[in-house]
Amino acid sequence: MPHKVFAETASVDGLGIAVLVSVGRHPLTGRTRRADQDARAYELAFSIAGARTALVHAGQNDAESEPALRGYLGMVGAPEAGENTAERLAVIEQAAGADVLPALVNALSELAPELVLCGMRAETGEGSGMLPYLLAEWLGWPIVSGVAQVESVKDGIATLLQALPRGQRRRLSVRLPAIVTVDSAAPGAGPSAFGPARRGVLAVSAAASMPDEARAGWLTAPARKRPKRLKIITASSARDRFKAAAAKTQSGGGKVLTGFSPEIGAEAIQALLKEEGVLSS
Amino acid sequence: MHNDTDSLPRRDSRKARIARNRLHPDHNAVLAEMLGTSRVGPSLWPGPNGLTRRNPHLVGFSSPNGIKRIDRSGAQADTSLNLRTERQAVVVDPRTSVVIETPAFLIAVVPDLPGGRLSAHDRDLLGLARQLADADPAVPGAVLAIVFGAIREDGFGTAGVDRLLHSLTHSPIHSADQSPGLGASSNTQCGPEARLAVLADVERELLPCHWLLPDSPIGGADLGRRLAAKLSERPATQVWQINQDAEGKRCSGLGAAGSTDINRPLPRLVLALPECALPVAMTRHEARPMTLPAPLSRMPGRIQDLGAVAVNPATVALGEAEFILAAGRGVSDWAGFHNAAAVLGATEGASRVAVDDGFMARDRQVGASGTWVTARVYLAVGISGAIQHLQGIQSCDKVISINLDPDCDMVKRADLAVIGDADEILAALVVLQQRIQEKKDAA
Repeated sequence: MPHKVFAETASVDGLGIAVLVSVGRHPLTGRTRRADQDARAYELAFSIAGARTALVHAGQNDAESEPALRGYLGMVGAPEAGENTAERLAVIEQAAGADVLPALVNALSELAPELVLCGMRAETGEGSGMLPYLLAEWLGWPIVSGVAQVESVKDGIATLLQALPRGQRRRLSVRLPAIVTVDSAAPGAGPSAFGPARRGVLAVSAAASMPDEARAGWLTAPARKRPKRLKIITASSARDRFKAAAAKTQSGGGKVLTGFSPEIGAEAIQALLKEEGVLSS
Repeated sequence: MHNDTDSLPRRDSRKARIARNRLHPDHNAVLAEMLGTSRVGPSLWPGPNGLTRRNPHLVGFSSPNGIKRIDRSGAQADTSLNLRTERQAVVVDPRTSVVIETPAFLIAVVPDLPGGRLSAHDRDLLGLARQLADADPAVPGAVLAIVFGAIREDGFGTAGVDRLLHSLTHSPIHSADQSPGLGASSNTQCGPEARLAVLADVERELLPCHWLLPDSPIGGADLGRRLAAKLSERPATQVWQINQDAEGKRCSGLGAAGSTDINRPLPRLVLALPECALPVAMTRHEARPMTLPAPLSRMPGRIQDLGAVAVNPATVALGEAEFILAAGRGVSDWAGFHNAAAVLGATEGASRVAVDDGFMARDRQVGASGTWVTARVYLAVGISGAIQHLQGIQSCDKVISINLDPDCDMVKRADLAVIGDADEILAALVVLQQRIQEKKDAA
């Protein structure tokens, strides 16, 4: 495991952020686009004032992916955010279907950022979401997944808000350098402006690509809609199975309170809310 | 039928009438007297010639309206008595006990256990693990469940767990994180790095044949990928099926943000989606507790959990809110409604009418043309329940309705409906809740 020693203390001024971006795929039209979570990751980098942001992409560089990559260059942070906006995007050219992990490890070792931001999983290819974890394992850095907000970066420690289901948040602190993946609950990416996207530079560099041999034997097909699971009936006799199949869904089983005072109605509602555990007290 | 002391056969016409009338209160007694003991006997008996004899008159019973009924479920205990006996609810557990003393291999499962209990996703995953363990009856494998933190589940055995490894990796910094109101926070008692260290110990000591984890955002997806990176195994992610073909086991999973199906040979580590397999239903396993040898010294975690954050329910996206207070045409006191949402700690929703009339924002609309909500509790205030709105709340567990019209569709859908003026009831609810909060503050 290559272990690189980084500066122990990092002030927010000049905090090095690398945002790993990929080429996404529009779910309806199938066109290439900015990957949604990667764009959110870049947007999250804007929220850290006084940082230097570098955009890194490892993958194919062709006519189809260029507009998508320029989409990232067209994103411009608010003027008060400072010099967060990257004017160039480092493209590490790789063959189609190659494993981009070694190329990215090399690039990140050279770049030596303190914070790496990226989406949780790619929108094309395998999309397993393993890349940030493998990067963390190779670089020996901690990884925090599903972050919605960066609260502060101070003395080499970042305080983050992790998104949990049901809109809940958890506060975590992580020692830098670290890899942070960004959840779809993070603020949405702003629009991409045409001018900065044209002016931005795609700095293409070649790197040896490692073919992904294991994937050659896989069968890939467009996803079918999975059937809904039917009600599982485990009855021993035919009569019980018939009764379960013919049973009407329970409807109208609710309690109706008619002709009571508002106070009694409110008490009944409060009792149910308490029973369900949604009231805070 | 006839009296032995008399030479002439005599008919008691009253008894004959009662014997014909199945509804007569003395019917059974008269029948028993007229037919002797044979009436009480079985409806099926071996005859003298070896033939089975059957008395069809003794099968079944009389229903309350005098019509003969035959109940073939076996619940009718003694049909030949012609009495409507009480249905005996004999609860027979159909599960068979399975004990695997010396397993040929282990299938390790790390369930999420939200709130200390097995979720439906966990049960599906254990069903998948059983599929793998029981694939070859000659070489039975055992399912090992590795669980963390406080456990409130006692049905591990019926869920299909043979061996249970309970790890209490409490690190002191995480013990402060127990806020009761948040269900998800119970999952955060030990950080992913501490859990990963335990799993690495299991890998070293027990060397499971397969690792199965839920691909769920509450922890399994993260832990599984960490484990895969640690073990240098390439996992199959978002798996929804495992099947066997001539060359071996293969699995199908989603790829490319759910737009493709990838079918590939089954790797050692699998992250599975909900409904990947049927949960265990017909067997009971022993869930024998296991312990590991003393763990190696642990590195201090680089990630510190500072606990759950109080989230303002008003800012939670409608689609993932847990408790929604939704307003419709029946609400006229809008300030009172917003106040009620704040006091109850609910996320605000609205019907199409309330949005069209400009009282609520468009992103708060619930229903087919707005947001399909997944709330656990949905409190509909003054909403009569258009079909589009009811579609939007299909996946809500508990629906409470406050409405003036007792015949509206929302009242039919609701688990609790209160008929009355929406504003008054909401105001009463706010007063009640505030009184409780004041009491709590004073205490």
